[in-house]
Amino acid sequence: MTETDVPTLTRKDFVSDQDVRWCPGCGDYSILAQTQKTMPELGVPKEKFVFVAGIGCSSRFPYYMDTFGFHTIHGRAPAIASGVKLANPDLSVWVITGDGDALSIGGNHLIHLLRRNLDINIVLFNNEIYGLTKGQYSPTSEFGKKTKSSPFGSLDRPFNPPSVALGTQSTFVARTVDSNTAHLQASLKRAYEHKGTSFLEVYQNCLIYNDGAFSHVTDKAVKDDNILDLQHGQPMVFGGEGDKGIRLDGFTAEVVTVGKDVSMDDLLVHDEHDKNLAAILANFTEDESLPTPLGVIFSEEQPNYEALMTKQIESAKEKLGEGDLQQLIIGTDTWEVA
Amino acid sequence: MSDQKVETLESVVIRFAGDSGDGMQLMGDRFTNTAALVGNDLGTFPDFPAEIRAPAGSLAGVSAFQLQFSSRDIFTPGDNLDVLVAMNPAALKMHIKDLKAGGILIANKSNFTAKNLKLAVWESNPLEDDSLNDYQVHDIEISRLVVNAMEDMDVTSKTVERTKNFFGLGLLYWMYGRPMEPTVEWLEKKFKKRPELIEANTRALKAGYNFGDITESFAVQYEVGPAPLEPGTYRNITGNYATGLGLVAAAQNSKRPLYYGGYPITPASDILHQLSHYRNFGVKTFQAEDEIAGVGSAVGAAFAGSLAVTASSGPGICLKGEVIGLAVITELPLVVINVQRAGPSTGMPTKTEQADLFLAMYGRNGESPAPVLAPSTPGDCFFTTHEACRIALKYMTPVFVLTDAFLANGSEPWMIPSLDDIPPIDSSFAEMRDGQYMPYERDEETLAREWAIPGMAGLEHRIGGLEREHISGNVSYDPDNHDLMVRLRAEKVAGMTREIPPTEVYGDATGDLLVLGWGSTFGAIRTSVEALRSEGKSVSHTHLKWLNPLPADLGEHLLKFQKVLIPEVNSGQLIKLIRSEFLIDAEGLNLVRGKPFRKSQIIAKMKEIL
Repeated sequence: MTETDVPTLTRKDFVSDQDVRWCPGCGDYSILAQTQKTMPELGVPKEKFVFVAGIGCSSRFPYYMDTFGFHTIHGRAPAIASGVKLANPDLSVWVITGDGDALSIGGNHLIHLLRRNLDINIVLFNNEIYGLTKGQYSPTSEFGKKTKSSPFGSLDRPFNPPSVALGTQSTFVARTVDSNTAHLQASLKRAYEHKGTSFLEVYQNCLIYNDGAFSHVTDKAVKDDNILDLQHGQPMVFGGEGDKGIRLDGFTAEVVTVGKDVSMDDLLVHDEHDKNLAAILANFTEDESLPTPLGVIFSEEQPNYEALMTKQIESAKEKLGEGDLQQLIIGTDTWEVA
Repeated sequence: MSDQKVETLESVVIRFAGDSGDGMQLMGDRFTNTAALVGNDLGTFPDFPAEIRAPAGSLAGVSAFQLQFSSRDIFTPGDNLDVLVAMNPAALKMHIKDLKAGGILIANKSNFTAKNLKLAVWESNPLEDDSLNDYQVHDIEISRLVVNAMEDMDVTSKTVERTKNFFGLGLLYWMYGRPMEPTVEWLEKKFKKRPELIEANTRALKAGYNFGDITESFAVQYEVGPAPLEPGTYRNITGNYATGLGLVAAAQNSKRPLYYGGYPITPASDILHQLSHYRNFGVKTFQAEDEIAGVGSAVGAAFAGSLAVTASSGPGICLKGEVIGLAVITELPLVVINVQRAGPSTGMPTKTEQADLFLAMYGRNGESPAPVLAPSTPGDCFFTTHEACRIALKYMTPVFVLTDAFLANGSEPWMIPSLDDIPPIDSSFAEMRDGQYMPYERDEETLAREWAIPGMAGLEHRIGGLEREHISGNVSYDPDNHDLMVRLRAEKVAGMTREIPPTEVYGDATGDLLVLGWGSTFGAIRTSVEALRSEGKSVSHTHLKWLNPLPADLGEHLLKFQKVLIPEVNSGQLIKLIRSEFLIDAEGLNLVRGKPFRKSQIIAKMKEIL
């Protein structure tokens, strides 16, 4: 089906008949709504979407999308999605996962999907807590966090999801926030457009067990001073007054005020294809003096696993001819018994 | 030589044993191939260590290959050896106890050095003391003789040393009157780009042959004539290879693309290797990051419309358990091949065992039924795997195939089936009715749900590991619905008895003793039962291909015998199923030694019972 044949779809076409059962006020609602708004704009026939999820609050997501959906088991969504995509490369495959699902029990599958670079979109809802199991610390919870399972404080050092992704040879790493609807929609679109595995971290507020974990980037009063909105080819400017910028001192980023001593020309310009810069940006969240980067941290074009597989099949058929089963069964060494 | 005495034998059992790097498996393969071309029936059993290259000369590093070739229909690689080829003292130490009294021992004398004797813990050189007096010993300086044969060639001493297996092969070809040409042709093909290796190995082969011919140490040559096999075209086949072919055939017959997701593990990896060559058949193989991802990706591929398969061995099947449960509840077609090996845990990875029957039956959380099939011979792996694929697609269910290391690596002559004789496989997809698709609506007879795959407009639906509501497939916590779904999943599997042909009883339909087996014990049981029947004993044999469900008519057959004996290479698993299902007092024969049964072991047990 070519794009011109695609019937016009609307948000409603992507709303299933199931009641959504997340806690009222959960950040998941916004992610669902933005996804349902964005999908019709991608020019993909509805029946070609597949949403695959693991286990956790976020992973109920496929039930609410009126597409093909597979709510699988804890941590394994990337593996199952890989099989879906390999079996039919024509599908638009989305993995919906959380910080526990993707980075703890499913860490192995996540890193290997990223390195193989199948054209699959991973949307990681990061709320820095285990919600469905009622409030234990997760692999992204801050060190020392007191939770149900860590009354004296968590002893785990947290993962930094974009750094994990970059370490796996990931070809697309981006971050957005649940409540920033326009940014979230744009990020989903970018993730879709990237031909390769897209890793989109979504800061998602868990109202019940970790409320306000991301208030520094959602609270109107402070967010402008804490968000660095990454734009490819643009200098890194932020702040309510638009007068703050990022400058590099060696390999270390620092916040400067544009105007007096520093001009726009001195600021770091975002290049989303620069892997070294991406590593520096990923580490911003570990330095409290730096803003939180949102947007595309890194992207590059690399071959897709499933496309390479298709190519191998085509070239084998070209070289050896379509497989002849009877000949295969006969083999090369036979003898007759009369 | 014209005046050479030639003795005719019905069957011969040979074992080649040497260091892992000595090429024993290759020597076995070539002898097997030639025996097949001569028309013998045969059975083989490669037996190698898990270590790829254990220290040279050590007991741990001994690799062996056994074969029986015969002028009659045989079912096993044989028990005690007529001939043992021992390339070093360690090989002799490990295997001499299996050589029959009066049997032929061929030893590479060159390797019986002080160092090697010490490594193999021989106190004195057995070739020089009286310890081998019960055998016909031929101690030959093979390493020196191959050097002589290649004197004028410009090859490294390492290359020369590596040809000694071909010297041994040549000698055996002479002893059993076998042609050398097929092996020479094979060498020419194999080393097309290394002519010096063709020349070196051919010279070694011929040197071995001529050694038998010229020296007078071998008084007799032996002849083993062709076996009266059913007319047809034959090839030699191992269980793993037949399994791979069965999968490709099923994919073609069902018109579903074959998807294989797996992770390397002994002794199942060969299936992955083989299938990875079949890109021109459209086969997609995915070497995943672990066992879970292997089967997980297969379940994803099944959701997307492939004939999805995973294979592993015990430890890997344990890891896959949760995903297989997902395939049970989502009712997706999936074939799970377990090439069983000795456990528990890592156990003995290269050794055979049948101890994963309960794992297949019960190794998942909740009530999670799945059909279980087991092939009985290497060639049968083809048909059983094909049948497993058919069942998976027809009933929308994961299906287990239990092979084992003995079947996987063992080989037999296999009459090549014609594609026309292989049953077609129906793999139809769902259609929309009244404008909607109900993912858990079932076929009235089979109870299978309908398959709708991504890309089918209007059939969008969601499935998952949460309990499904009957018909709609929506998530449901309703107690009555759960009870119903548990029953439906069980009934679906139980109803597969309709797929099982009537139970066959070899021998009389009633009598004193029925030996009931499953899987790779077929050959040993059949040979033993044949032997006792020829002594006039009232013994019969039934072999199960279906372990879950058990054949509907099995109970009535069991009741026609005074006693039932169930030999298994485990501590007694089928016997527990049979006892609980049919309330009969079956007896077990359970040897868990990492080795297939010997005929003598089964015969002794049968005699004890009778």
